[in-house]
Amino acid sequence: MICLQLFWEFFKTGLFAVGGGLATLPFLYDMGARTGWFTAHQVADMLAVSESTPGPIGINMAVYTGYTSAGVLGSVCALVGIVTPSIIVILLIAAALRAFRDNKYVNGAFYGIRPASTGLIAAAGLTVAVGSLLNTSAWTGWDKFWTVFNWKAIALAAVIFAVSKAFKKLHPVFLILIGALAGAVFRFAGV
Amino acid sequence: MKIYWELFCTFFRIGAITFGGGYAMLPILQREVVDGKGWCTDGELTDYFAIGQCTPGIIAVNTATFIGFKQKGVPGGIVATYGLVAPSFLIIGLIAALLQNFADYAVVQNAFAGIRVAVTVLILNAVIKLLKSSVVDKLTACVFAAVAVAAWFLDLSPVLFVLLAGALGIAVKVGGEALKK
Repeated sequence: MICLQLFWEFFKTGLFAVGGGLATLPFLYDMGARTGWFTAHQVADMLAVSESTPGPIGINMAVYTGYTSAGVLGSVCALVGIVTPSIIVILLIAAALRAFRDNKYVNGAFYGIRPASTGLIAAAGLTVAVGSLLNTSAWTGWDKFWTVFNWKAIALAAVIFAVSKAFKKLHPVFLILIGALAGAVFRFAGV
Repeated sequence: MKIYWELFCTFFRIGAITFGGGYAMLPILQREVVDGKGWCTDGELTDYFAIGQCTPGIIAVNTATFIGFKQKGVPGGIVATYGLVAPSFLIIGLIAALLQNFADYAVVQNAFAGIRVAVTVLILNAVIKLLKSSVVDKLTACVFAAVAVAAWFLDLSPVLFVLLAGALGIAVKVGGEALKK
């Protein structure tokens, strides 16, 4: 029974959370409060685990929540629940796009949408950069603005960028590995 | 049958090495799907991300469904999507069962802070590549700059930017042709 409920709750989350994994957070807080499956504190823990493991954050949250609430079967139900609305909506849009591929309105729209999409990705990348390269909490004012730079992280970013340019054929996973190793050896999180 | 297995395995690999959500997946998609398999172009990838940001669900999942559908219709979309989420299922299941306090380990926190730096560089490289396929003239350059700045400073829904840019694109392309005639 709880499995059907998990499927339904995550189906709703998948249907209404627009804009990626973190958009599922408010739905999870609400779900925990209504069903008693988990507390707000557990949501914070789940987010930490979801962000420090591979895979889309929203999917990791669903699997973790399902498992915490009802074991392996629960995680299957939550997972299928959250991806089903996406699959249905995107299949409909993809089929429509295939039918109207040569339509001049569709082509015109995408001529404008492509640079906008790249702009949105750049802004998201900037948010990631601020989180990884700066210590925003160390900010004390313009007179000591340099304290905000995380020099260790900036140096690592420069090294990884240089490696990615020098070995263009290198798979991105090796750059991620360099990041993980350097982070662990030089204690990037300061713990 | 082979193409389904290939779709599943490729997206399984992508799911297993994507740290930090949809945007972090972009450079890996470029490598595996655009350069490696030739299943779509950089331009199409930008379209999928635009649509993924405006439609319900997780962007990474939406993109996988799109690419799978393009290869092999509805079953292709489903196979690619479940390939992408399968590693999450295995890894999170394992952590939830055995390592409840996984995220509290110092080594995990330190390694992840380093991974975030790597992901920053990967996204930067991905954006540079996407610029080549999406910014084709002065107008598209202005759209890119305006959206990047506005999305950074204003807390507005991506849906708004995509709709406005789409309307502008139609007005310029379709309206421009009508004016010439």
